Amino acid sequence: MDTFDIVFYAFAAITVLSAFVVVFSRNIMYAAFSLLFTFCGVAGLYVLLQADFLAVTQILIYVGGILVLLLFGVMLTNKVVSVDIKTGTLHTIPAMILAAIVLGSLAAVFYATWSTTPDPVASTTTTTKAIGELLMTSFVLPFEVASVILLAALVGAALMARRTRKP
Amino acid sequence: MHIISEVFAWLPDVQLAHFLILSAILFTLGLYGIVTRRNAILVLMGLELVLNAANLNLIAFARYGGLNLDGQVFAIFVIILAAAEAAIALAIILNIFNRFQTINVDEVSSLKE
Repeated sequence: MDTFDIVFYAFAAITVLSAFVVVFSRNIMYAAFSLLFTFCGVAGLYVLLQADFLAVTQILIYVGGILVLLLFGVMLTNKVVSVDIKTGTLHTIPAMILAAIVLGSLAAVFYATWSTTPDPVASTTTTTKAIGELLMTSFVLPFEVASVILLAALVGAALMARRTRKP
Repeated sequence: MHIISEVFAWLPDVQLAHFLILSAILFTLGLYGIVTRRNAILVLMGLELVLNAANLNLIAFARYGGLNLDGQVFAIFVIILAAAEAAIALAIILNIFNRFQTINVDEVSSLKE
């Protein structure tokens, strides 16, 4: 039980508990703000896995971008001042059965396959330079396709979310 | 720090399986949120949880499973797609709200007026 394990269990607890709040809270704002802690916990786990660039990207894009976007969505689609922003749930019993089956099978497969793990691959340098080189050499085509997808999503979202003129 | 490590000494040392089980828990929670939530934005939040679980898997294998940096690059693409998906989905949700005055997924059931 060294520092690595302690930090892992701390971040895992933060991630799982706040994910529980995201899924089970009846207040949308509580769910959105605990999603913040989930993202930050996952970013901490990335750091533990020596993915420093991914951790910073996670915080920049998820916390700084997607979460703010979701909050905008909450604000724009709920009449915050007039109606309560509670939300209901649908068919919880089948969902619980489904979730239990999925979690059980996933955990069983993971445990059976990876209970004896290989030692971690030693890595001494930061990953940013290597990732940049990979993006420009082996992954050029996915990189360009991703840029086109981002452009299409930008244009499409702007077109769709624009306030339509009254005919 | 020593006190903490003595108190929690019964916890097993962290290996690849720990990250995998954690991502399985995250995935299941996200799936549960997607299935049960009525509000479309909360369905999106469940989707983000699922994508995060997948990313955690990819990066855990990048560290332990010999996937090396390829796993991390793939995780970057997942993040890119998640950003695009969130933007498009929120635009759609805003349109749905303008038309139906609600974003409860069980009430939005008509294709054509």
